[in-house]
Amino acid sequence: MHADPRGVLTGVHFLDGDHACCEGTLAAGARFAAGYPITPSTEVVERFASRIPLVGGVFIQMEDELAASIAIQGAVWGGAKAFTVTSGPGFSLMMEHIGYAAITETPCVFVNVQRGGPSTGLPTLPAQADMMQAKWGSHGDYGVIALCPNSPQECFDLTITGFNLAEEFRVPVMMMLDECVGHMTEKVVIPPAGEIEVSPRRYTQKPPAEFRPFEPGDNLVPEMVKAGDGYRFHVTGLTHDERGYPSMNVAAQDRLVRRLVDKLKPFANGRALCDTADLEDAEVVVVSYGITSRVAQRAIELARKRGIRAGKFRIISAWPFPGQHIASLAGRVKAFVVPELNLGQMVHEVERAAAGRAKVIPVTHAGGTVHDPEMILKAIVEAAQ
Amino acid sequence: MSEQLLEVPCEIPEGSFNPVEPFLRTERIPHIWCPGCGIGTTVNCFTRALISSGADLDKVAIVSGIGCTGRVAGYARLDSFHTTHGRAIPFATGLKLANPQLQVVVYSGDGDLFAIGGNHFIHAARRNMDIKVICVNNLTYAMTGGQTAPTTPSHVISATAPYGVFEPSFNLVQLADACGASYVARWTTFHVKQLARSMEEVLKKKGFGFIEIVSPCPTLYQRRNKMGDGLDTMKYYKQASKVRNGASTSECALTRSGEIVVGKFVDRERPDYYDLLQAQMQETLGDRYAEPEVGCAEC
Amino acid sequence: MSKGFVAINVERCKGCAFCIEFCPTHVLALSSAFNSKGYHPPHVVASDKCSGCDLCGMYCPDFAIYGGRYAR
Repeated sequence: MHADPRGVLTGVHFLDGDHACCEGTLAAGARFAAGYPITPSTEVVERFASRIPLVGGVFIQMEDELAASIAIQGAVWGGAKAFTVTSGPGFSLMMEHIGYAAITETPCVFVNVQRGGPSTGLPTLPAQADMMQAKWGSHGDYGVIALCPNSPQECFDLTITGFNLAEEFRVPVMMMLDECVGHMTEKVVIPPAGEIEVSPRRYTQKPPAEFRPFEPGDNLVPEMVKAGDGYRFHVTGLTHDERGYPSMNVAAQDRLVRRLVDKLKPFANGRALCDTADLEDAEVVVVSYGITSRVAQRAIELARKRGIRAGKFRIISAWPFPGQHIASLAGRVKAFVVPELNLGQMVHEVERAAAGRAKVIPVTHAGGTVHDPEMILKAIVEAAQ
Repeated sequence: MSEQLLEVPCEIPEGSFNPVEPFLRTERIPHIWCPGCGIGTTVNCFTRALISSGADLDKVAIVSGIGCTGRVAGYARLDSFHTTHGRAIPFATGLKLANPQLQVVVYSGDGDLFAIGGNHFIHAARRNMDIKVICVNNLTYAMTGGQTAPTTPSHVISATAPYGVFEPSFNLVQLADACGASYVARWTTFHVKQLARSMEEVLKKKGFGFIEIVSPCPTLYQRRNKMGDGLDTMKYYKQASKVRNGASTSECALTRSGEIVVGKFVDRERPDYYDLLQAQMQETLGDRYAEPEVGCAEC
Repeated sequence: MSKGFVAINVERCKGCAFCIEFCPTHVLALSSAFNSKGYHPPHVVASDKCSGCDLCGMYCPDFAIYGGRYAR
């Protein structure tokens, strides 16, 4: 269905990534946000706080990130599309509730505008060091979808995609921005509402007597329900059966937890989001995401000028990891160069997918600013030898 | 579940049933609570309150945290949410703001609401969020084996204080009062009639309502402290309780074996969070303010 | 004929004895019978005294007993 025009600020704007992300949430139909101030993400909810009373919804600044990350889930079960926004230290606090969203299959969005870490780290400076945490940060086995925009325009577009994927897969979606993308100001085109595809929540049509809130459909995803409609359903963070009742035994655990991971496989295998160029003749492929991909673009151009056949693989959906794409490239390229604003995180996934069939060269950076293109170029040159 | 009834000299009229029965997920009964535990008693009172307040049960949502009392959500035949430890109140906040038509009741224990959940309690009370918080206070972390809770009285033995608790404990009604709750009452599981009446009152009253229910934990709290079983504890409640409606909450502290002040202590009018939100927005934005349509059927 | 009746669900009872203690007219007493879990449920020893007040039902933590009034 199309976006509700009340939330769509159609026009050509000059916005930073945080602000564009906020517009994305509104266009996607989010009418509830809970947040807690944390640099460099706060502008997302500050803008939401000023926009939502004009659009028709609620923003509440909660007392901490633990509260914000579960208030949004209460709102989802009350019928809203909801999100929260944070950065590293807040993301860590939200981990328990990301796990809760995963096991209760609550569709919601967590925006992390990454900054230097660990701990208080570099509050106003970029990093990309929460990437593994986005997938593995909560305890137990579960899956999430994580998207990495690399521009304010993508902060708008991919946020809508994130909300749509959350509804389709009944999964928490991580929007993995970084301080650079969040605070850079660029042209953002917001189309008319009629041109924006928004996935409605897949509420069940079954009568209460027949409906089971955790009974998967053919796509392994259950239909949704909300409080107040007479379904008298139960949601628990305990391992549960299809009725939603606690069922703490080995068989139920296996059935539930495997499905939480397996339901995302169709997305990983056929619909991974990526942006590629010059791969047909590539001998070295630069794998990057977020702000680093903008720098990598420069390095790839410089390499091509030197006669090195460098190709671009920009990861947009980082989780589930697009392993199949990397694996098929590994068969025919010499090397992958993986620059990241961290000491090596997604590079491990690239290594795993490449399975030794191509060299994998990390270009690490502890964060605080972006790579110098020369650092990435140097790695490409070494890789090509 | 077998409905086998004992041969009794009374004739049971055709079609009669336990008033609590329609409120239970009977397929999950018998429940996990111990013999002599008071949580089930509070559920009976809550059921009576739902009936007498005329609540539309499709619009009542129950949210609980982790612990023995937290299991109430799983046994109640309502839209029910068993959330994370300490975080029932913020979940309930989001639920209520998404659908203000819901009657949102938080039903949880003393450790869940006041240790890990303490921050959320004080802020929801401060905001006068329109949710009702039923706290079963068994003075311990029962589910995990009887560790010290912020309510455990001094000199009592607990699983993590084998030589005796020495920390001062919370006076929950005073805390709720200080944070701005609109309704504050305390009863014990002995006071079934008064408790049901308080629960009915709180369901009918807008704003942040809090009811503390002192309850036995015979398996852990009472046993470890050689205080007898559930029945002995109920008799102690009967003997030691003093009804003091309107008492100053600062004078209602609980001790190891002293007097238990019960009653309704606070019943005041304050605009709730939603009232305040609307008022502020209307004042600043006037016609530009768009009424929240947070949750929707077709979003 | 008494004003009320009491109905007992034997299998749910955990023998806590709240109902026995707090019945205002002492209708109930602990029985020597036991259910499949080994608990001794209450039994009615003075049915004519039952007023159907349902205090037993309100006290019972296991939803194993309730009282009711006979219709006149």
